Amino acid sequence: MTFLPKPRLHHPDLAANELGFTRRDYEGSISTLCAGCGHDSISAAIIRACYELNLPPHRIAKLSGIGCSSKTPTYFLGNSHGFNSVHGRMPSVLTGANLANRDLIYLGVSGDGDSASIGLGQFAHAIRRAVNMCYIVENNGVYGLTKGQFSATADRGATNKRGVANQDQPIDLVSMALQLGATYVGRSFSGDKGQLVPLIKGALSHRGAAFIDCISPCIAFNNHQGSTKSFDYVREHNEAMNALDVLTGRDEITLDQEPGTVEVVRQHDGSLLKLRKLDAAYDPTDRIGAMNFLQTHHARGEIVTGLLYVDPDAEDMHGFHETVDTPLNALDDAVLCPGSAALDKINASLR
Amino acid sequence: MKPTDITDPAYFHKVVDCQWACPAHTPVPEYIRLIADGRYADAYMINWKSNVFPGILGRTCDRPCEPACRRGRVEEEAVAICRLKRVAADNKGDVTARMPAPAATRNGKRIACVGAGPASLTVARDLAAVGYEVVVFDSAPAGGGFIRQQIPKFRLPESVIDEEVGFITALGVETRYNTTITSLTALLAENYDAVFVGSGAPRGRDLHIPGREEAAANIHIGIDWLASVSFGHISRIGKRVIVLGGGNTAMDCCRSARRLGGAEVKVVVRSGFEEMKASPWEKEDAMNEDIPILNYMVPKAFIHANGTLTGMTFEHVKAEYDEKGRRRLVPTGEPDTLLPCDDVLVAVGQENAFPWIEPESGVEFDRWGMPVVNETTFASTNKRVFFGGDAAFGPKNIIWAVAHGHQAAISIDLFCNGQDADDRPPPATTLVSQKMGIHEWSYDNDIAIDLRYKVPHRDKAAALSSITEEVELGYDRALAYKEAQRCLNCDVQTVFAPKLCIECDACVDICPMDCITFTDDGTEAELRTHLNAPAPNTHQAIYIADGLKTGRIMAKDEDVCLHCGLCAERCPTGAWDMQRFRIDIAQVTTKQVHACAR
Repeated sequence: MTFLPKPRLHHPDLAANELGFTRRDYEGSISTLCAGCGHDSISAAIIRACYELNLPPHRIAKLSGIGCSSKTPTYFLGNSHGFNSVHGRMPSVLTGANLANRDLIYLGVSGDGDSASIGLGQFAHAIRRAVNMCYIVENNGVYGLTKGQFSATADRGATNKRGVANQDQPIDLVSMALQLGATYVGRSFSGDKGQLVPLIKGALSHRGAAFIDCISPCIAFNNHQGSTKSFDYVREHNEAMNALDVLTGRDEITLDQEPGTVEVVRQHDGSLLKLRKLDAAYDPTDRIGAMNFLQTHHARGEIVTGLLYVDPDAEDMHGFHETVDTPLNALDDAVLCPGSAALDKINASLR
Repeated sequence: MKPTDITDPAYFHKVVDCQWACPAHTPVPEYIRLIADGRYADAYMINWKSNVFPGILGRTCDRPCEPACRRGRVEEEAVAICRLKRVAADNKGDVTARMPAPAATRNGKRIACVGAGPASLTVARDLAAVGYEVVVFDSAPAGGGFIRQQIPKFRLPESVIDEEVGFITALGVETRYNTTITSLTALLAENYDAVFVGSGAPRGRDLHIPGREEAAANIHIGIDWLASVSFGHISRIGKRVIVLGGGNTAMDCCRSARRLGGAEVKVVVRSGFEEMKASPWEKEDAMNEDIPILNYMVPKAFIHANGTLTGMTFEHVKAEYDEKGRRRLVPTGEPDTLLPCDDVLVAVGQENAFPWIEPESGVEFDRWGMPVVNETTFASTNKRVFFGGDAAFGPKNIIWAVAHGHQAAISIDLFCNGQDADDRPPPATTLVSQKMGIHEWSYDNDIAIDLRYKVPHRDKAAALSSITEEVELGYDRALAYKEAQRCLNCDVQTVFAPKLCIECDACVDICPMDCITFTDDGTEAELRTHLNAPAPNTHQAIYIADGLKTGRIMAKDEDVCLHCGLCAERCPTGAWDMQRFRIDIAQVTTKQVHACAR
């Protein structure tokens, strides 16, 4: 960790995006997490994804709960809206915010404690309600802030720093998200930005509930031999299903690979997900297949990563509820509260 | 790419741009930190060891370090290195006790130095301190050479010259001023073991155009005129003065003329304003004293009335470039311009002149009349005769003369001991961690955007009223502290230990300049374009380390690194460390007695 602010000086050739912002403009204040924390890499990946997607910072809302991971929104998107909620309650706050203002881009940042323990119910319901959001769990398998107890995502048999093995079954948030109807599901690793950045870009441009489980080694309490969420273990057991490229607007699509090895998926906003298959048998549009595949490979001790499932034509909560296109917070009093005459009419219709 | 060998003394030296660019390789960041710390005398002594004339150079150096300064590449302007050096000199107090004592015993070798300029005095200092008997000859009544004779006193007070020349003569150097050497052969016959020629480039170039002879009374050669002003032989000049030439001597001439009665002083140059040889700040200082600089005007004739100069005519030209990019000045066809004037100062260049070196002395000259001198050893074709400063390779600057002097002194020492002068002594280097705590370093690594501070000047009217009042007042201590804080401490190096690295990307994410990349190996050309940020400046290396677990390499572009140390602060395993690199270029030394043993 550092006490000094990161110098404002930047590379002389630092490029600006279509909005005229440099990548540095998407940064936040200096991180106070432990040196080497995987979460800081995820923050850097979010910064890059937003920069590359030309997102206006003031149109993004970042929400989080409690924990190391939930501290991170301070360290990126310093010019965006933020809400640091009660432990595990980020999904409800995000759902409420999304209902009130459907025009913002919602980024939920949580951890394995915040989402798989205290907030498991919240997580489940936000996903099944198809809230239009990008929900990232920074998953390190331990409670870092309380000095390294196993969390609910720690694998059975994984040992803690003192060598004691975990006896409880792990919760696999990816499998849960698939089962609960998430329409964009990915898993990645904080040490692989080449995979993570496009995955976040795809999730941010996806309509519907997009969920990313990002394994993020806890440098202080879960990066030892015996851990299944250490840099070394994840690198050794990482099975990437595909390599993703997210193309927006003017990007030209070139399919230089052999036919059959590349799949292009068009999302509702016109963005294209170009998937280079690393495992020819894997079909990221088959939800049931994906769930089976995950279980099989998890049993073998492999960590399946990549874009695991996507439904490009997904609807979201606003679609299901047929809400007006104008965000509710932009409607004036007369529209929101049409008066007693309108109420009488409604009441009459119910008699 | 081949992994970087950081044990090569040149590798980290090159990262310290200022020190690398300085001909004498002064440890710039080291002394700037001492200035920030208020340790002016320590800062002065570091300078004194490297460049011999800190007070003089702090006012007059051509500053090759400043265009090289990294702050200039990552922000706007370089750190005011030169003027900080002056701060060390101004505030050092009495340093005589810190100066080396005259050698207790003489080694019996006698060295003659021709000329008492910066090159000769450097040779004298380096050799006298270790026991050589050094005799310095100069035709002028006082030592300093160009420093004393041609640099106006309003830029460099005489007291500063006296002090710094005095430090050298106090080492037991014998000075024979008012003595002109007329024969090298005769000098060599005088039982000297070696002769060093540091006689400068003493002849000002003349301008042979119509009217030169007739109006000679009011046409002066710039460097001779400056010397006469310096020694008090000239104290007046006409009201309207034209200065010909675009170098620093021309700037000194015009500004001196402004102080000696020249109310309307103009500088006229043949080529463009941008191409002038004068340092940008000297041009600026001249223009601030109401001296216009007229360019693209070629002198045609001196106009006179019965031998009294009345003006000069100039032809207007423009620059044209051929397909090879060579410049030609061609007339524009505009009518010639007549500039009325009372006096003209000709400062169109200097030449070397060695009428006193006879062909039979064994010193060979090339077809341009320059001595044949080895660029490393500074030896001439007579193995007892060495050259340095402007006398060796033509007009350069004081700091070059000092650098030549150090190298020549080493050669003379080797020669006098019967050793091979080509066998140069290596530099001494140290590399020491600056870590003081978990995120604490022994240097200030809080880097911020911080624009260059202006050096206060004397009030213009007061400055112009005197030929000796120093124009620049120098930074006071508070301003000097601020300016010193702009230094990026480029000598504190980022040192990488691949064995400790777990490839967590923390350094990559925090680096404000996107210098660090973990990537697959490739050729240098590929890497320079594929790194997180392009690295087009091939003058700076890419630091490559292999031996990482994933088989990738660590590639760090040294070019724009701020040396802020955030990579090291963010590194969980200490794979990055900030280590101070100190390189001491070899000088003539005696066997060092350690302080504890004294």
